[in-house]
Amino acid sequence: MSIVTILGLIPLLGAVLVAVLPKANEKLTKQVALATSLVVALGSIWLAYKFNGSDGNFQFVESHQWIKNFNINYAVGIDGISLTLIVMTAILVPIVFLAGWNESEGGRWSVKTFYILLLTLETMMIGVFAATDVFLFYVIFEAMLIPVYFLIGGYGRGERAAAAMKFLMYSLFGGLLMLAAVIGVYIISTNQNGGTFDVTALSHLTIDKPTQNWLFLGFFIAFAIKAPLWPFHTWLPAAAKSATAGTSTLLLGVLDKIGTYGMIRFCMTLFPDATKTFTPIIIVLAVISILYGAFLAIGQKDINSLIAFTSISHFGFITLGIFAMTSQGISGASFYMVNHGFSTAALFLVAGWMIKRRDSSQISDFGGLQRVTPVMAWSFFLAGMSALALPGLSSFISEFLVLVGTFTKYPLAAILGTTGIVLAALYVLIVVQRTLHGETTPGNENLTDLTVREKVAIAPVIAILVILGFFPKPVLHVINPTTAVVMEHAGATDPIAKAGK
Amino acid sequence: MNAPKLDYALLAPILIILGGALIGVLVEAFLSKTRRAGVQLVISFVTLTAALVQVIRIRRSGSSGAAVLSVSIDAAGIFIQGTILVLSLVALLLIADTDNFTAQASAIPGSSQESVAIQAGKQQTEVFPLTLFAIAGMLLFPVATDLVTLFVALEMLSLPLYLMAGLSRRRRLLSQEAALKYFLLGAFSSAFFLMGSAFLYGYSGTLTLNGIASAIHTSGNNNVFLLIGIAFVSVGLLFKVGAVPFHNWTPDVYQGSPTPITGFMAACTKAAAFGATLRIFYVALDGAQWSWKPLISVIAVITMLFGAIAAWSQRDVKRMLAYSSIAHAGFILTAVVSLNSHALSGALFYFVVYGFATIGAFGIVTLVRDSSGEVGDVNRWIGLGKKAPLTASTYSLFLLSFGGIPLTAGFIGKFAVFSAAYESGNIYLTVAGVLSSAIAIFFYLRVVVMLFFQNPESDSVSVVIPSVMTRIAISICALATIILGLFPSLLLNAADSFALFTR
Repeated sequence: MSIVTILGLIPLLGAVLVAVLPKANEKLTKQVALATSLVVALGSIWLAYKFNGSDGNFQFVESHQWIKNFNINYAVGIDGISLTLIVMTAILVPIVFLAGWNESEGGRWSVKTFYILLLTLETMMIGVFAATDVFLFYVIFEAMLIPVYFLIGGYGRGERAAAAMKFLMYSLFGGLLMLAAVIGVYIISTNQNGGTFDVTALSHLTIDKPTQNWLFLGFFIAFAIKAPLWPFHTWLPAAAKSATAGTSTLLLGVLDKIGTYGMIRFCMTLFPDATKTFTPIIIVLAVISILYGAFLAIGQKDINSLIAFTSISHFGFITLGIFAMTSQGISGASFYMVNHGFSTAALFLVAGWMIKRRDSSQISDFGGLQRVTPVMAWSFFLAGMSALALPGLSSFISEFLVLVGTFTKYPLAAILGTTGIVLAALYVLIVVQRTLHGETTPGNENLTDLTVREKVAIAPVIAILVILGFFPKPVLHVINPTTAVVMEHAGATDPIAKAGK
Repeated sequence: MNAPKLDYALLAPILIILGGALIGVLVEAFLSKTRRAGVQLVISFVTLTAALVQVIRIRRSGSSGAAVLSVSIDAAGIFIQGTILVLSLVALLLIADTDNFTAQASAIPGSSQESVAIQAGKQQTEVFPLTLFAIAGMLLFPVATDLVTLFVALEMLSLPLYLMAGLSRRRRLLSQEAALKYFLLGAFSSAFFLMGSAFLYGYSGTLTLNGIASAIHTSGNNNVFLLIGIAFVSVGLLFKVGAVPFHNWTPDVYQGSPTPITGFMAACTKAAAFGATLRIFYVALDGAQWSWKPLISVIAVITMLFGAIAAWSQRDVKRMLAYSSIAHAGFILTAVVSLNSHALSGALFYFVVYGFATIGAFGIVTLVRDSSGEVGDVNRWIGLGKKAPLTASTYSLFLLSFGGIPLTAGFIGKFAVFSAAYESGNIYLTVAGVLSSAIAIFFYLRVVVMLFFQNPESDSVSVVIPSVMTRIAISICALATIILGLFPSLLLNAADSFALFTR
């Protein structure tokens, strides 16, 4: 068995273990869940250590026959991009557990159910990034909606059931479009050289242009809903507003990455011609997302909605980088995915603590937190700085790479994207100023600062943001060779390299 | 004149069932009332098991000439027979709970005669032989290869069902209305089928499906008799499978019939009727595809969309399931249009997974009751997840399988038929199927939301503790749904190797 499989199975075993624990002992449940996720986190670091960074192809490959009749395999393997996402996931989960130690209480169902759902979700998150069989990817892609649905609907706040439903409806709709495209690719492979779902084998198919366009759209719309790209984004703010901080972190930090990851892994690799056809439209959508997300973020009154809209803007950057089809763009976008994961985690988790203490998510209810709760305020400040891509924090590097990569091909898009950075400064600084600085507003005088548990949870996130800001090399080192492979599959070349010839 | 040569080993499953049914009738006549139910159950169970064993024994020795040219026990036929028998066995476990059936069907609802019968503790045990007769018809229908035998089988499976639909213990008027409606419309559609057969006979001069196929081959496929024949025969078949626009009976009959019978009918009749439909279109009418394929495609699309959309506005649980069964009929019709062996094996797989989920879902419906019997109003199911988490989760599992969520068997079934449709070049059917799945899923999820996300109103709905047999039946269905979702190869291999109609 490959390490990837073992890594993916551990959370599931943890979930089974949690399921047999006595219901009354909530503390034990949480401890077991945390311990499981820590094991996975350590395992993922070991995986990264074992990973050969200079090889851009799939490693730790494993394949077993699953459904013979359709030649469906349990096939996993990871390359640089999936490795970084898996490590990010594995690190975020224990942080989410620790940060939201009490958020499972007061849900519709028991604490136990909460952790079973989250651990099952972790298995699926690892699986979805590791799958190299399109069918397996699709199955996990769809099946993971169910635990998320129950996590939002069962443990969130406010209109949680409606938000959960909205999330599910959008995602399922996209997923079913993708199903039609998956069937299409499979049948085309059947007609050419025997049916297969292997992503590498599928990338060698010759598909005529009109068909390729339709199939591309089937995949792309599913991923654009997931990512979420304007105009497919409307489910996100509702979900982010209602979900618990931990669920939001995983939803935006990890699950939404499946969208952008899928664009690289499937859209570009399987349908290179269609990718070129649709690139101009997608670039436009990405730029709209950047600006739209940023403008709407400025106007938000609710902290969680604000974070959701900043994410829409950031996903615009990621999509822009991917479809610029330059090595800097794709590497930058891949790195951005990781950074966004941690920076969103920091924002959501700290915001979650603020909301919990104040019992309100309205920005106007906060003010002058710097004086009362300095550690929490500083954490929020740093998270905000990461969101606006302050130089010295990791998101700056990825944003810079994306813009440079885009500029060489689409200067106008890059320039418009840059205004997104300016707007980011605006929306972050406004919220920072309103919540942290100035007079301590009534109702906030007695807020308590972060507990030791919360400090332990947030410290690694901030450390990662800072360290990767100064030493991005380890991550970029594993991403770059994979980017080269992706570029080769997509038949794209860097404009600079072309000029050199 | 020589006596026709019959291959008794191949016909044995049907004969065993008929024999068991006759014994059941004798039991009704000669055994005292109190002991009938138990004896009947044992007889039915033994008969079905024996027939199933025989089907398994003959699985490799199919032949097209089992009974002259009238019956062709071929690979696909054997698979469908096996499916019907297995599903019937599971459904029998639900039917065994005779509490669902009226004490005396002949008594006028609400009359003093009825209350006397109830007080005397009478039980309508005729349901067991009736079930067996219906099953015999269902076994014959998909293997019959001439139009008269097809018609006889159709009537054989329908007539007992008309009666059984009227046997409900509670809400008897509704039940009797269902029976009458089913009978009238059914008779009407049978007439269509017969009329179509006559036209096909007039066109080809033969009643056998092979003969019609070769007539199409030799004398051209553009003949008004042929076209009318195809149209009328299709009407008869589409009625039985419950496709739009011949679906109107489905909600009423599903709602009115005793719930175990609804489950049995929904699962087994569908397999039998689709088996026959597939055979007729694959074997006899293959050569005239141009005339029926566009029409059936349109019907398939309308059926799945209509079923999925109409289910939204239903308030009765059983009517909801009825509309969902209409949508599923549309999905299976795509396999009829695809006309390739993958579609056939996909359909065979679909019968099994749909059958299990259906029987399981109706099994759960029998458990949710208040003082006056089953609770049909879906609004009163709200919050069931809190009162009875296990029942609600199992019901949700069946709904998710109906909806085709990955890791349930229903997903693989849909994948199989949709990919076959794509393979046959009918890409629009795949797209339409996927879109109507999307609509249908939202409707299934709405029910899941009601069960789990809304708080129960304080009312008297409760989940009765299921009898052992009901529990076994529901467990089998749930297990099949999960196992076939995770390891579909277990059944797909068989479906693939049996997906063949012998001409």
